[in-house]
Amino acid sequence: MISFLVVNPFIDSLLKILSIVGLMTVSAMGLIYLERKIAARFHMRLGPTRTGPAGLLQSVADALKLVGKEDIRPASADAWSFELAPYFVFIPAFMMFVTIPFTLMLNVEMLTLGLLYIIAISSVSIVGWVMAGWGSDNRYALIGALRAAAQGISYELPLVLSVLCIAMIAQSLNLNEIIAQQTIVPNILLQPFAFFLFFTSALAEMNRAPFDIPVGESEVVGGPFVEYSGIRWSMFFLAEYTALLIMSILIVALFLGGWSWPFGEKLGTSWQILLTIMKTSLVIFLIFWVRVSVPRMRIDQLMNFCWKVLIPLALIQIFLNGLILVFHLPTFLLAVSSIMLMGVLVLIINKSMQNLNKNHIVKNNLESA
Amino acid sequence: MSNKQIETQEILVNMGPQHPSTHGVFRMVLSVDGEMITDVQPYIGYLHRGAEKLCETMDYRQGIGFMDRTEYLANFNAELSYVMAVERLLDIEVPERANWIRMILVELNRLSSHFMFVGAFGVDCGVFGTPFLYSFRERERLIDFFEEISGDRMMYAYFRPGGLAWDVPANFVSRVEEVLSSSEQGIKDMDGLLTNNEIFLSRTKQVGIIDGKAAIDWGMSGPSLRASGIEYDIRRAEPYLYYNDIDFDVITGINGDVFDRYFVRLQEMRQSINIVRQCLANLTSGAILADAAARNLRTPPGEVYIRTEAPRGEYGIYLVSNGDNRPYRLKIRSAGFSNLQALRDMVIGSYIPDAVVILGSIDIVLGEVDR
Repeated sequence: MISFLVVNPFIDSLLKILSIVGLMTVSAMGLIYLERKIAARFHMRLGPTRTGPAGLLQSVADALKLVGKEDIRPASADAWSFELAPYFVFIPAFMMFVTIPFTLMLNVEMLTLGLLYIIAISSVSIVGWVMAGWGSDNRYALIGALRAAAQGISYELPLVLSVLCIAMIAQSLNLNEIIAQQTIVPNILLQPFAFFLFFTSALAEMNRAPFDIPVGESEVVGGPFVEYSGIRWSMFFLAEYTALLIMSILIVALFLGGWSWPFGEKLGTSWQILLTIMKTSLVIFLIFWVRVSVPRMRIDQLMNFCWKVLIPLALIQIFLNGLILVFHLPTFLLAVSSIMLMGVLVLIINKSMQNLNKNHIVKNNLESA
Repeated sequence: MSNKQIETQEILVNMGPQHPSTHGVFRMVLSVDGEMITDVQPYIGYLHRGAEKLCETMDYRQGIGFMDRTEYLANFNAELSYVMAVERLLDIEVPERANWIRMILVELNRLSSHFMFVGAFGVDCGVFGTPFLYSFRERERLIDFFEEISGDRMMYAYFRPGGLAWDVPANFVSRVEEVLSSSEQGIKDMDGLLTNNEIFLSRTKQVGIIDGKAAIDWGMSGPSLRASGIEYDIRRAEPYLYYNDIDFDVITGINGDVFDRYFVRLQEMRQSINIVRQCLANLTSGAILADAAARNLRTPPGEVYIRTEAPRGEYGIYLVSNGDNRPYRLKIRSAGFSNLQALRDMVIGSYIPDAVVILGSIDIVLGEVDR
């Protein structure tokens, strides 16, 4: 636990809140810069170069510009929901930070039900999206908000189910205990399918590509955020990157062994921080990589994939895990069952691709015309 | 369970003219029931400049530049139709070298236009810029090459009635080889970035289907028509230039869906490379402008309709002359305009994101649609 060597609990919590907000804002701005640089490299561009050395100050310049902009509210907008919406997205993102373990000792407050807390808090932001979409009185925003609600609620389920797989193995919802249990074998090896589930639903939960359907730039032009400008818009933006960071740390904690794997508790705190940061960067890079590589899915395909594929398979995984754990079968069976489910998933996707090719409606050539 | 249905309401969504994926200033008003499109009302004319009327006020030489401005992604193809129409009226023979160079440039322009299509189509499908920038790199190389030849990146005005404005640079052949090999690599990149991507396939297959008969009824032409399985290519059906002597395949699709329209274009790019290689082998030296072509042309009275296969389809020029040094009437038959009419048939019954992809697959250039 962070100790500020202050006896007064009020000052202590105030400092903690300040440190959360400060740290998260700075790292979110850093992430925005990184995403622009990395995406630019994927695109064979240079990205920002002009503001500061190698464009490092680009995010700062953007933030200053956004703060300086006029805060416009459309005349027909619903004032309350329009103005409150950014906070409903912004605050949960920061609240998730509370129980994130950077090292064994370094966290704000290690909750016993930390995982449950994070899952619960992360769904609150959907309310903000819907408020933004409804309050803007704009049809693109409305469509985007409805998409966000449908997608957010649907993908909450595989997210929870995949977390459940891990919680069953660790027999705990405390993130530090989950990490400590992974000292020898990280969970990604035991449960690759759960990792895939979590990664996919986390992308959907954060509205990142290929699931950026609610904000789809080429369709609904930014979705719920169309009417937002200036500081309110930047709050959405900041929340997006904060959520990205937290989800990545969560993936590291749940599947990649957090600060623990492969060295255990022998490492000092600073090394543990470094280990966490390295693993998190890897995950974030992976998310950026996915973003620049794949097209956007369509909302009906997304829902089908969730309800017809991911959730049934996740339930099977939980059932199998239960069998293995209750009857004390050898641990490697966890990995075997998970890999088999991955195989099933690949088969299903292959099958659906074949169906696309099979349903050829051949209405061609001049003769038939 | 009660049988009472939840009451729903259709809403109108206005897409464009300032929408990021309407390819310029096209506007469509969608009636949507949830995500399902029940009706679409397209509006064109935001880029209307009266190009046809303007051409009637200019002499034939000045009109060439205007063709560039109607079809600004395939300028050489547009110039070609116009220039050929004037030549037909004048009844002059174009030197062989000029014709080969015209063919090379027209095919390269088809390449650059299709690269533009593929890149923009990637954005329509929602990839964050990667295919767009990869294809733009290739397009940029082609355009640099066109600039070396004509002196301009977009508005070339390089073809003249009777030949070409001036001869190509001395390193023409080696430069063409260079852009061809880079374009080949670019097409392979597109295969990797889009064609083999599962999400891309599921977004494009079985979407926006139009069958061959409907496509003909709407007057579609070019790759959009061939994707519906109709083997009609003006380069084959009514050969102009030296397309008779060249060996190439007419690519057709099977389903007439969005994927086929994309894939036909991608394969056509390979064919274009093939055609240019053959043209290079046949390239002769000699004059590039017919002797008969004066600077200020006066055409004998008459009328003529010339069509060529532009990247988007049939680019036709109907020219009426009354013996003056300017057209009495000039009508442009643009492929984009006719292809766009089929939009309603394709879009109704699909989802909002599909509308964007379908519009992208028709590959319109608003400058050509509105003129």
